[in-house]
Amino acid sequence: MEAGADALPDVPRRVVSMNLCTDQLAMLLAAPGQLLSVSHLAADPRGSAMANEAAGYRINHGLAEEIWLMRPDLVIAGSFSARATVDMLRRLGVPVVVMDAAHGLAEIPARLREMGAALGREDAAEAAVADFDARLIALRDEVTNRPRAALYYANGYTSGDRTLAGEIIATAGFANIAAEAGLPSGGHLPLEVLAMADPQAIISGRPYPGASRSEEILDHPVIRALRDDAVGAVLTDRDWVCGTPFVLRAIEDMRDTRRRMEAE
Amino acid sequence: MTLLSLRNLSVSLRGRPVLGGVSLDVGGGELVGLIGPNGAGKTSLMRAALGLIPAEGDSSLAAMPAAARARHAAWMPQSREIAWPVSVEALVTLGRMPHGQRGTVADRAAVDAAIARMGLEPFRHRTATRLSGGEQARALIARALAQDTPLLMADEPIAGLDPEHQIATLETFAALARDGHGVILSLHDLGLAARHCTRLILLAEGGVLADGPSREVLTDDLLARAFRIRAFHADTPDGPVFQPTRVIR
Amino acid sequence: MKRLAPILLPLVGLLCLGSLVIGPADVGVADSLRALVAGGEGPLTLVMREIRLPRMILALAIGASLGLAGAAMQGYLRNPLAEPGLIGVSGAAALGAVISIQTGLAAGFALALPLAALAGAVMAVLLLLALAGPRGGALTLILAGIAISAMAGALTSLVLNLSPNPFAANEIVFWMMGSLADRSMSHVWLALPIMVVGWALLLPLARPLEALTLGEDAAASMGVNLTRVRWQVVLGTACVIGAGTAVAGAIGFVGLVVPHILRPLVGARPGPLLIASALGGAAMVLAADIAVRMILPGRDLKLGVLTALVGAPFFLHLVWRTGRQA
Repeated sequence: MEAGADALPDVPRRVVSMNLCTDQLAMLLAAPGQLLSVSHLAADPRGSAMANEAAGYRINHGLAEEIWLMRPDLVIAGSFSARATVDMLRRLGVPVVVMDAAHGLAEIPARLREMGAALGREDAAEAAVADFDARLIALRDEVTNRPRAALYYANGYTSGDRTLAGEIIATAGFANIAAEAGLPSGGHLPLEVLAMADPQAIISGRPYPGASRSEEILDHPVIRALRDDAVGAVLTDRDWVCGTPFVLRAIEDMRDTRRRMEAE
Repeated sequence: MTLLSLRNLSVSLRGRPVLGGVSLDVGGGELVGLIGPNGAGKTSLMRAALGLIPAEGDSSLAAMPAAARARHAAWMPQSREIAWPVSVEALVTLGRMPHGQRGTVADRAAVDAAIARMGLEPFRHRTATRLSGGEQARALIARALAQDTPLLMADEPIAGLDPEHQIATLETFAALARDGHGVILSLHDLGLAARHCTRLILLAEGGVLADGPSREVLTDDLLARAFRIRAFHADTPDGPVFQPTRVIR
Repeated sequence: MKRLAPILLPLVGLLCLGSLVIGPADVGVADSLRALVAGGEGPLTLVMREIRLPRMILALAIGASLGLAGAAMQGYLRNPLAEPGLIGVSGAAALGAVISIQTGLAAGFALALPLAALAGAVMAVLLLLALAGPRGGALTLILAGIAISAMAGALTSLVLNLSPNPFAANEIVFWMMGSLADRSMSHVWLALPIMVVGWALLLPLARPLEALTLGEDAAASMGVNLTRVRWQVVLGTACVIGAGTAVAGAIGFVGLVVPHILRPLVGARPGPLLIASALGGAAMVLAADIAVRMILPGRDLKLGVLTALVGAPFFLHLVWRTGRQA
């Protein structure tokens, strides 16, 4: 966690979050009235698991001027937030905390605690961590034969074991073919290699509106044929995007899918 | 036998009238020299006769369907363009296209005859675009010869050639005429026109000013009117000699 | 052409074979071919028939189209620098394709995509003929081509940036550089019929282009219908470039390099050059597409990158040589 030059308030009273993942963690842990504004992405049901809750906050677009005019005493940004915006806010005297995204399940408790510390809500954070750990243990099944799954997104991109999506399916009892294809962290998976690997499940993202050539590959006859043999179209959704306790819902979905596959 | 018949042919270029009401016939055995000052309409007349530009009136040539016309008349434009570095043989063979160009014995014979007639045998396999100006001109004439048509029309075919090739080319055309072909050439050199053409057509003032043998057309009167020049002429044992001398102010 | 056929035809055949058996899935030649022809269970059949086969067919057809269109345009314009990519036809076709995709037309009616690309290509060729035409010199042609390319590229980028889809903004690379990766048989059926129409328009130009060696006037006097030839060139080029660009993006320089290399081998005659360039173009694109899979196999290296790596220095060499002659 990175902190600005100005001293951070112990218990900030006017918090603005400008990153989708920090938005959701903040909404989960903030005291009533503490959180002023979340980013517009938090209100988009496509990527945000808390779109309804986000409606109750002011919306910002991650721009320094608009945020500064809200007179925050703490701004929380993500590591991918525009560097120029973060620097500008600090120059204007606003304390900014930059939080990393969670790259795996193990980092989610750490992020919860970080957010709790920034908001002065350590107790709420500990409670959330305990809840998360308990539910996670409950979701882990003993799996002898792990069905083989492929994560396949636009541009033929796959996520490996060491990513959030990879850990979700691994916890749910799947084996990620990215590892056998030599891509433990993910990367471009040629369609041919995917076809030859013949996975039992193909997991893709939901297509965006409009059209793009990048997403065209998900409609390729080969993918359709593989899906016909496999368990059908499994689409990831908002629960997969950020390292929040909502990933447990994703793990639960995938675990149920696996159980259905084993039953057939 | 009439090879070309024009009746009341009128040509306008960009809205400006160039030629009005031209009527004439050209038959086999004639070497016709089309003469006149710049802008008189020599090129326009020939192109209109061929149907390459729109015109009012009748042209027996323009009325023919394209394929038949290509077998009846060969046209050598002034531009002498050779777009690609093809061999002389390939260039001459282009003349056989109106006959189907299937590579028959008749085709090869026509090409060989044309090459021989223009003295191009040593250049047969050379690249046409690398020859000298005179050699290129001869190659283009050979193409027209290979086309083997009763009528041959050429726009300033000897412009820019050296005296040897000017005379040789005109002698070739004269021989063609003697063989029964009809040849129409536009020329600037009045002296050469006088010596080689069987008939001269003088274009000026928007129409045909005179039409007949050279002694009838190259009179002092007509020269003054059409070209605003005076000329010296004499009959020698070697044929007529004609040389413009002065400009009339 | 009689000398070239025994070299070009086997070369293209060999490259087709190579295109079918080379790929990231590490499978032996015999197994691959057996799966392709005999079919059978297992993912290999899927790979061969749905990934490798359409890719090979498209490389063959698009390469042939590019070579043919390049030779036809050069023959008609009597200018060895005329090339569909260079003079903006491919860029305009890409614009048409992108517009039809982003407005949703292509989703509604499948053929809308290649037809829109075709419309873009037609407009570019007509604009080019209006600006440069057969009587325009090389300089006018290149300048007109630069203008049309720049305009088409800028508008394509604009349309993509206006898309609600976050991936679309980055697609400009595909459209400008071209790629055959992950094309399917549906792309083949989309593009091939229109390309065949284009071939039917362009191949019979062999005789008229020969006659045009002597210039337009002489050609007309030899029986060539200049108006019909012009329309054949415009529509034929638009068909093949439009259809190819619609499914593979703009692949440049093939129509420049191939006719130029083969011209001395057919005695500079524009007629035989047409079919020779079709074969040469097919060989060039097939080879480039194989190279793309062998160099940097993990990354999606664009086809146009390779053709530009060969073609751009070639073009510079032509410019230098033309400058020296002038």
